[in-house]
Amino acid sequence: MDELKGKIILDDTVYETNLTKKFALRQTYKPETGKEVRAFIPGVIRDVAVTTGSHVKKGDMLLILEAMKMKNRIFSPIDGKVLSVFPQVGDKVAKNQLLVEFE
Amino acid sequence: MSVTQRILDFFKKKTSITEELEAKAAVKQEKMGKMTARQRIEALLDDGSFHEYDLFVEHTVEDFGMDKKFLPRDGVITGTGTILGFPVCIYAQDFTVAGGSLGLAHARKITKIMDHAMNLGIPLIGINDSGGARIQEGVNSLAGYGEIFYRNTKASGVIPQISVILGPCAGGAVYSPALTDFVFVVDKISKMFITGPEVIKTVLGEEISMEDLGGARVQAEISGNAHFFANTELECFEQIKKLVTYIPWNNRKKADDFKPMLPKPEFQLSNIIPKDNKESYDVRDVIRAIGDNSDFLEIHEHWASNIVIGFMRMNGATVGVVANQPLVLAGVLDVDSSDKAARFIRFCDSFNIPLLTLVDLPGYLPGVDQEYAGVIRHGAKILYAYSEATVLKMTIILRKAYGGGYIAMCSRHLGADFVFAWPSAEIAVMGPEGAANIIFKKEIESAENPDEMRQLKVQEYTDKFANPYKAASSGYVDAVIGPEETREYILHSMQIGSNKEVVELKKKHGIPPF
Repeated sequence: MDELKGKIILDDTVYETNLTKKFALRQTYKPETGKEVRAFIPGVIRDVAVTTGSHVKKGDMLLILEAMKMKNRIFSPIDGKVLSVFPQVGDKVAKNQLLVEFE
Repeated sequence: MSVTQRILDFFKKKTSITEELEAKAAVKQEKMGKMTARQRIEALLDDGSFHEYDLFVEHTVEDFGMDKKFLPRDGVITGTGTILGFPVCIYAQDFTVAGGSLGLAHARKITKIMDHAMNLGIPLIGINDSGGARIQEGVNSLAGYGEIFYRNTKASGVIPQISVILGPCAGGAVYSPALTDFVFVVDKISKMFITGPEVIKTVLGEEISMEDLGGARVQAEISGNAHFFANTELECFEQIKKLVTYIPWNNRKKADDFKPMLPKPEFQLSNIIPKDNKESYDVRDVIRAIGDNSDFLEIHEHWASNIVIGFMRMNGATVGVVANQPLVLAGVLDVDSSDKAARFIRFCDSFNIPLLTLVDLPGYLPGVDQEYAGVIRHGAKILYAYSEATVLKMTIILRKAYGGGYIAMCSRHLGADFVFAWPSAEIAVMGPEGAANIIFKKEIESAENPDEMRQLKVQEYTDKFANPYKAASSGYVDAVIGPEETREYILHSMQIGSNKEVVELKKKHGIPPF
């Protein structure tokens, strides 16, 4: 199977080596901003309770995401103003897909 | 009816299943590029050695029109035979009978041959080619799977279990192979997944092909579910035959000895390791330079290839090798390589196969993804497996043995019986660059030329610690040996350690970080 040339750095030492496919495919970490709500599981949006500009309190329901035959209510993690809502009712969403963004 | 007539009737009855159906099956399977269950068994076992049982087993289901359906053998061939003279129990699912679906009678045939293998103390080989549970049989079909898993678990560590995936193996069915010791897959034929592409599409809206989701390459390279990858079924059977020669029949026996042979002269230990310790090399060349006839049966060749595991022979006796692979990811330990090594160590320990560990690693792989994936929990498995193992444990430190990696790779501290180091060994808490940057931080920062000072201090640390002698002075290394002496030292260790026996405190079982 394919060889991938690369480098890895360990304790300030640079090693020239081949990479595994899995290592090459890994995603770099991005810290959470707290301003985004993402799908924790893939599924279908059954209800959208907010629109752009809505003021919500922490714990208010934002959407219903149906997955694995369960309706999951997605609640706001913060008090704030909704900047944009991405999916519409009936949309299929993938895991980690951005659903709601706050200002 | 005369006895002669009854005998004639019997042969007719038997032939209608074994020959007439076989001819139909061959046409169906060939269309899918596959061999029939019967052809597979015959290709794998010694000529004429296969003896079939339970040919006339039938299901007793009456629902959904099943009472009118005759399913020959209930879709699975079971029996016994030999591979290069080694006895085995074997079953092969027949995809041409109701899609190889698993009903209760089908499952009972499998569990019967499994019990047989356990009672007789011989390896079990399962050839999987099945669409999954037989829906018409409802919960009885699930019961069948459960009874197979239970026996897989009970047989684990008692007899070697080999699974061959030669078709679909989906849903619950995948857990039988997952519980066995070695899983073989063939390109474009094997498909393994818990939920197939159709379900994923309807439930989640994600589109993926069967091949990309759970094909042979995925299982051999990404998930690590498969231990051996072959391009054709016949190549796969050759791999199984080779494997069988390296392992014992059961956990009360040792693997058979073969004729002692010398390594091939083209593999020379003295010129494998590069001068620059940041340069890589293929550790399999070291293994080939040590082992009989330079033979090495690599397991999990394509997955977590930053560690190499497999079987070799020393003076004819099987040895399990675990070696860091500097060629890939500098040979670091990470989540997958720890899992891979730990399971292999436990297999060798269960089946009385001495362990040889070749060490050259800069440490554990840093990274958020590794920490989140549980490198602590997974990395602990290798510590557990080595500490737990009571077979003869021999360790050779070839080059780098830094930090936690040094401890993990069967160090003296985890109970190695023999630890040898080459003069190129660097046994230290970390690499010279990193260590110098910490120990001499102030000197380097306050120097007029920090880079020059750093080089000086790195050299100072290298001279002092990057060698085998500090560890040897504490007795953690038994002997510093020249690379060319390695084979002789291993052979001597095996001779001296051949009667090793460890009496353990009684316990039900340990609790490894699964």
